[in-house]
Amino acid sequence: MQLKTKHLLGLENVSSSDIQSILDTAVSFKQVLERPIKKVPTLQGKTVVNLFYENSTRTRISFELAEKRLSADSVNFSVSGSSVSKGETFKDTVRNIEAMKVDMIVVRHGSAGVPQYLTKISDSVVINAGDGIHEHPTQALLDMYSIREKLGKLEGLKVCIVGDIAHSRVALSNIFGLQAMGAEVSVCGPATLIPRNIGDLGVKVIHNIDEAIQENDVLNILRIQLERKARAAFPSTREYHKYYGITKERMEKNKKDVLLLHPGPINRGVEISSEMADGEHQIILEQVTNGVAVRMAILYLLGTRQGEDN
Amino acid sequence: MQTLLKNLRIIDTTLNIDQKADILIDNGLIEKIGTDIEVNDWNVDIHDLSGCIAAPGFIDIHVHLREPGREDEETVVSGCMGAAAGGFTAIASMPNTDPAADAAEIIESIITKSEKTPVDVYPIGAATIERKGEVLAPIGELVEAGAVAFSDDGVAIKTAGILRRVMEYASMYNAPVIEHCEDESMAGGSMNEGFNSTRFGLTAIPPIAEELTVARDIMMAEYTGAKVHIAHISTAKAVQLVREGKAKGIKVTAEVTPHHFTLTDDSLADYDTNFKMNPPLRTKDDVAAMIEGLRDGTIDCIASDHAPHSIEEKEMEFEYAPNGILGLETTLGLTLNNLYHQGVLSIPQIVEKLVVNPRNILGIPVPVIREGEKANLTIFDPEKEYKVRVAGFKSKSRNSPFDGHTLKGAPVAIFNKGKLVLSQVSG
Repeated sequence: MQLKTKHLLGLENVSSSDIQSILDTAVSFKQVLERPIKKVPTLQGKTVVNLFYENSTRTRISFELAEKRLSADSVNFSVSGSSVSKGETFKDTVRNIEAMKVDMIVVRHGSAGVPQYLTKISDSVVINAGDGIHEHPTQALLDMYSIREKLGKLEGLKVCIVGDIAHSRVALSNIFGLQAMGAEVSVCGPATLIPRNIGDLGVKVIHNIDEAIQENDVLNILRIQLERKARAAFPSTREYHKYYGITKERMEKNKKDVLLLHPGPINRGVEISSEMADGEHQIILEQVTNGVAVRMAILYLLGTRQGEDN
Repeated sequence: MQTLLKNLRIIDTTLNIDQKADILIDNGLIEKIGTDIEVNDWNVDIHDLSGCIAAPGFIDIHVHLREPGREDEETVVSGCMGAAAGGFTAIASMPNTDPAADAAEIIESIITKSEKTPVDVYPIGAATIERKGEVLAPIGELVEAGAVAFSDDGVAIKTAGILRRVMEYASMYNAPVIEHCEDESMAGGSMNEGFNSTRFGLTAIPPIAEELTVARDIMMAEYTGAKVHIAHISTAKAVQLVREGKAKGIKVTAEVTPHHFTLTDDSLADYDTNFKMNPPLRTKDDVAAMIEGLRDGTIDCIASDHAPHSIEEKEMEFEYAPNGILGLETTLGLTLNNLYHQGVLSIPQIVEKLVVNPRNILGIPVPVIREGEKANLTIFDPEKEYKVRVAGFKSKSRNSPFDGHTLKGAPVAIFNKGKLVLSQVSG
């Protein structure tokens, strides 16, 4: 299962056959995770650097575990703040890391386009672990894996991404990935949290959460960003919860069996009530487990890929 | 010292001339214009310029010289040499230096430094102290020192209240107010807001941020009777607002940069910071509106918004890189390549947009090609094809998205201040 893509920068330009390969490969790695000895020698001798310019707990740990379980040598390089405040340019940092002879770089950065920039200044295989408000392809792949595992397919499913679409990198990757796999994607949230031109991507825009629940098979509920800029875009978390929060009453009122995903971390009582976050519809913790398997698949497929062509 | 420029096509729209002739220059003055001028003196510097056009010297009225403050990026002298290489005999310099050009000494110092170069510099003074939009700059003193217009370029004049004062005060000197149109409360993004910003995940500046300020400025120009010049216009609606303002007889003029009539925000797919500027590259429809505005006269002139930045500053994560690209050494090539050869503008119309209109906006004398006048000439070859080679630029900086582009139409030389300066842009 040779991937066409050499790096994983985003899902916009990744083919459906590549996505299929990643999801299928992840199935066997998930079986590895269920064994008593959760380790395979697949990437022995390969060095992976986790280059994180933004705080992240779950994504970094998920990658780290995936790397260790594939027997790769992995190093974490965390930089808080931008390269500007740190004094060394991003390019110099990358060159230093490369001088230590690495094979793959997993990068998380607050500025969109950094993974792409990285491919120009480095020879390593680059995996995007989230860039600004652009893409977070591994999250979308694990979301798709989880949906497929639960519902048996992606094609023809109706998936709605709920919440802060404008400040989310998860949304865009999910839109591109799900559309490539034949799902029908919509977004739901207050107008101020939905990018003006999102409809041009072939995505339906819904402002009423009840409508979103009734119309869809899956809701992917995004975290509401509580930082200043995003906060200025809606009146209060109380109002958000009242009109967009996923609650038991709302689900019962709509009498619909909907699968609930959440990429975490959860703001309980804001985008989802505690009851629902722990309830029967959700697969939030399974997503986390699947995240390791999916990242193992990505690291394996890109780390062992032969040839230069994209 | 005599110079004989042979076999030129002379185009001077002020004098309504379009003729083939030789020009003999003596001591910086046009001695004689005629066909087959013969000289027997071996001392005369003779150039055969068959295929070239001579026009009155081109002016670029939107140039960022980085002196004082960032002499590592550009100085008055290096900027002037870039201008000469790009076919300009004059430039107007923007006041967003460090410190800002809000004091007579700074204006005088820029002019003094430019005197040793072949290019005339017309400084634009800051409209307000430190370009902060709070206190009027000493506009009278700045005019006396040589400032020809006023602007807080980099930003719009902050509030309607101070804009009114600037316009009223500058009107006494008949000086235009040049506006960088961008509503502050909607500013701050890295690219145009639209389909592409959604795809690329970059923070975005909506077109309406420009249009709101254009509308404000035109209304204020009407109210005060002042002259307002819209710098680097970039959206279709902004062009329409200027068109309507002109139809009402309001004193509004506008310039467009070569990148805004050439490129769209599709270019940002690679996150190359050499495509990052403010106003940002817009859409295909906006580019079409720039072309239409140039054609119907709504857009009076072409100006480069030459904005040098160091390599260290541009080689950066996209969102952190500064805005702006070089323009002096590509403007003429892009204008000929994309406007003349595409049938948008004729050569006389291009001369209007690079020679006559920009000087009329600033209220400075327009050079003419006539015996007895000072020789102030731009010589260019509209048919010459070449590859843009940024490494050879006279500017101190290298931030151009056009490196390696093939263009048809090149500057060949300028003649100003008694000297012929050959261009190497197309070398």
